[in-house]
Amino acid sequence: MASFATNEFRSGLKVMLEGDPCSILENEFVKPGKGQAFNRVKFRNLKTGRVWERTFKSGESLEAADVMDLDMEYLYADGEFFHFMKTDGSFEQVAAAVAVVGEAKDWLKEQEVCQVTLWNDDPIAVTPPNFVELEVTETDPGLKGDTAQGGTKPATLSTGATIKVPLFVNIGDVLRIDTRTGDYVSRSKG
Amino acid sequence: MLRRRAAALSDIRAFFAERNVLEVQTPVLAPATVTDPHVDAIPAGDGFLQTSPEYAMKRLLAAGAPSIYQLGPAFRAGERGRLHNPEFTLLEWYRLGYDDQALMQEVAALVDRLLGSDQYTFNRYDDLLAQSPAPAHEPEELRLAAAIESLSARRVFITHYPAEQAALARLHEQEPGTAARFELVVDGVELANGYHELGDEAQLRARFDQDNEVRRRLGKPERALDEAFLAAMAAGLPDCAGVALGVDRLLLLAFGARELREVLAFD
Repeated sequence: MASFATNEFRSGLKVMLEGDPCSILENEFVKPGKGQAFNRVKFRNLKTGRVWERTFKSGESLEAADVMDLDMEYLYADGEFFHFMKTDGSFEQVAAAVAVVGEAKDWLKEQEVCQVTLWNDDPIAVTPPNFVELEVTETDPGLKGDTAQGGTKPATLSTGATIKVPLFVNIGDVLRIDTRTGDYVSRSKG
Repeated sequence: MLRRRAAALSDIRAFFAERNVLEVQTPVLAPATVTDPHVDAIPAGDGFLQTSPEYAMKRLLAAGAPSIYQLGPAFRAGERGRLHNPEFTLLEWYRLGYDDQALMQEVAALVDRLLGSDQYTFNRYDDLLAQSPAPAHEPEELRLAAAIESLSARRVFITHYPAEQAALARLHEQEPGTAARFELVVDGVELANGYHELGDEAQLRARFDQDNEVRRRLGKPERALDEAFLAAMAAGLPDCAGVALGVDRLLLLAFGARELREVLAFD
C-alpha cells in the first residue's frame, strides 16, 4: 500500500493511524527558530468520528487508507443490516451493520441515494443527503390557519425519527428536513 | 490585495531610502548553499535556489559595501503550511557598526511603520522555554513553539539564544553559552531572525562542519562549504548586525489574514 510523507499531508487525505482509517482535517507545519520541523495534524477517525491530534517529525510518513466515498442507493433494512446498492449499473450490494449506519438511519428513505464510505470494501460510515423529504406518520392534529411563527410540536416520520415541527403540520404531510441538524425546513408540495 | 502589497513594498523601500541603506540584488541561483541541517535548498541547474541572500550580501560587505538591504524571493524545500510557502519574499538587511541591540530598535521601527506602533518586550530564550506549557519530555522545538504560541505580549524579541543555536551570530562575551541572536514574534508569528554577525572564518568553518555532521546523522545530503563566502570572511567582515524578515508574514499581520496564501498572488 502506498504511503504519504508529511509534506504530502493535506486536508481530505485518507491515511491509517493506529490501525484505524482517518481523514486529515488540518495540517499545521511548525518550525520554530532554526530547529527541526514538525507537522501538527488533526485527524477524523472515520470509524468512530472522533477527532485525534498527533505531531510528526517532518519526513515521517503514514500508510494510505483504502477508503472510498461512493454514492449508493438505500434498498431496505432487515433488522440487522442496512442494504445499499451501487448506482453504476453493476447492481452490486453492500450490507452495513446498524452501528455503522448510526444516526443516519433516521434519514434513510428507500431508493434514496446517499454516500457510503468503504474501507477495504467494507462500509464504515453512511452519510445521508443534506436534505431529505419524509412523510409524517404521527403528530397531534394541525391547528387550522395557524401558519404564524412560534410554537412547535413533536412529529414522527416514516423512518421512525421524531423531530420538532410547526403547529400547522398534519399526518401525511411531506416535510423537507436538514439532516445535518435534524431541523424542519419546509412542507413540500404534493 | 495586490495594491496593498505593492504599497507595503514601496513603504519598506522608503524606510531604507530615508536611512541611506542601499538596495542590492544578489543571485537567486548560486552554486553553493547553506549547511544548516534544518534548512533544505531546492537544487536547480548547477546549483541551488537560495534559502536567503545572506552569504552574497556578506561578501558585498567584506568587499566594502555600505549598509545594504535586499527585498526578494527565497526558497526552502518542503516548507508548506499556514505560515510557510516553499517560495517566499525575504527582506534582509545589514547595518555597519550596529550590534544586535541597535538592530532590534530598527526592526521595531520598521514593524511600527507597517503595523502601527506598539510595545515591545524582551524575553531571553531560556526564560521563554521555561514558561512553555508543553510537557518537559517533548522535543525542545515543540516546547519552544508552544511557549511562543502562549505569549501574552503581542510583540516579543527573543534574545540570548543558546550557543548551539547561534547559527551565524557571534557569542556574547559577557554571557557565556549565549549567542547574539534574536527573533521577533508578533502575535505568535515568527517574523524576523537577526544576528550580531560572526566574521571569524575559522569559527564559521567549524560550525559548518558541525552542521554537516548533523546532516550525516539525519541521513541528509552534506553540503559543500561556500568557499567564496569563507574567503570573504577571511579577508574581513566589518563589524555589523543583520536580520532577515519574512515579508509575506508581515503582510499577513498587516492585513489580518490567517494564512500566508491570502497575501500571495499565487501559492
